[in-house]
Amino acid sequence: MSESKRELIFSPILNRNPIALLVLGICSALAVTGQLATAFVMSVCVMAVTACSSLIISLVRKRIPSTVRIGVQIMIIATLVILIDQILKAYFFSLSKQLSIYVGLIITNCIVMGRAEGFAMSNPPLASFLDGIGNGLGYGFVLMFTAFIRELLGSGTLFGYQILPLTVNGGWYERNGLLLLPASAFFIIALLIWLLRSMYPEQQEKD
Amino acid sequence: MAVKESNIKPFYTALILAFVCSFLVAAASVGLRPLQIKNSRLDQHKNILRAAGLYKKGMAVDKLFASAVEPRIIDIATGRFVPERKIDPAIFNQRAAAIDPERSRALPRSIDQAGLQRLEKYSLVYLIKKNGRLSRIVFPIRGKGLWSTMYGYLALGADLNTVIGITFYENGETPGLGAEVANPAWQAGWRGKKIYRAGRVDFQVVKGGVQVKGPAALHEVDGITGATLTSNGVNNLLHFWFGKYGFKPFIDRLRQKLKRPPEVKNNV
Repeated sequence: MSESKRELIFSPILNRNPIALLVLGICSALAVTGQLATAFVMSVCVMAVTACSSLIISLVRKRIPSTVRIGVQIMIIATLVILIDQILKAYFFSLSKQLSIYVGLIITNCIVMGRAEGFAMSNPPLASFLDGIGNGLGYGFVLMFTAFIRELLGSGTLFGYQILPLTVNGGWYERNGLLLLPASAFFIIALLIWLLRSMYPEQQEKD
Repeated sequence: MAVKESNIKPFYTALILAFVCSFLVAAASVGLRPLQIKNSRLDQHKNILRAAGLYKKGMAVDKLFASAVEPRIIDIATGRFVPERKIDPAIFNQRAAAIDPERSRALPRSIDQAGLQRLEKYSLVYLIKKNGRLSRIVFPIRGKGLWSTMYGYLALGADLNTVIGITFYENGETPGLGAEVANPAWQAGWRGKKIYRAGRVDFQVVKGGVQVKGPAALHEVDGITGATLTSNGVNNLLHFWFGKYGFKPFIDRLRQKLKRPPEVKNNV
């Protein structure tokens, strides 16, 4: 193993973050970050899918013919996502209602596919599993960061609890309507990327 | 020959994998279906009770629903009750009926205010009785907002005019703006409002909030700030569902049956 287990898990959070450095998985990062609760569930789901799909793909990597490997990867990922969607609907109904179509869209989340093709196809199962967990954490970190700002300044709440009393409910805080819209996540993620690339200059792309 | 063999292998792998995956998906879907149906039914019942003002957090929804609420099927066009032996309300799926060409009709654009495209022939209504007398009645409502079809319930009191409550249990409107239709604080503003005046729908969702004072304010409700098109959608769906193509025939008929005189002109 070229990297230690620790590095596999923790380096994707800040210095190799899948969203900030690789700019993958942006679409869902825009869609579900209006509230911390949905962002959290989405993060957990993506982490579970990335870790399990990397593990399974790594287990069978030597048996997958290279001509159909993408199709095989998608099939494994899609199966896992459907399973998670079904389980959410059965046991966490109100959460699955809030996430609605976004759980299904994990299939198309480029991070899952990217780790399967980029890491799990050429690394042993345990390392692939940890890499999946790490990238899930990295994704989750960006989601929670974005959702924290959007929910606090957009709705005046955190995890649904009132922090800033809104003027519409008789308080003093005039909410920021832009932050309620998905597009505002572009600004927040861009600022985060700026911050990360100032902290880790090696992330900067050369002209 | 060697070329052929390597061509076969991918098919083989894909086939086995497809079989395993589809088995897993099918097993999960079949195995979890009863729980999922139970969940969505419970959610629906909760929203019906919430519209009727009977829901309290943490209560046994199933028990109360079974004892207090009587689901009935009505024929939308004639406004008559449909006997249970013809259609069983417990299994009638209104959303499926609305897209089934056999059990629905296409709505011409001129009358399709709520953007439904098709209207089902039969609808569920939920009667809530107190001491044997009708005290509340809950209607399923739906209509296009800005992005999505919003689904909800509206409960009327025994005078078939006063709003007891409204809920929207499913919508895909903008979170924080249009999706505020699901916010209980906004829904609370509907309580006590009146839908009909002199036998006609007289109700407005007002942009910028209700300005008028006195009895006329009973026929208006605050729109949602920053979500004019969603508010318009709510207004339109209300006009459709309580108008003559919606529940009005049923409401008129029921009113006569209850031997309550139609409202007098000055009575608001």
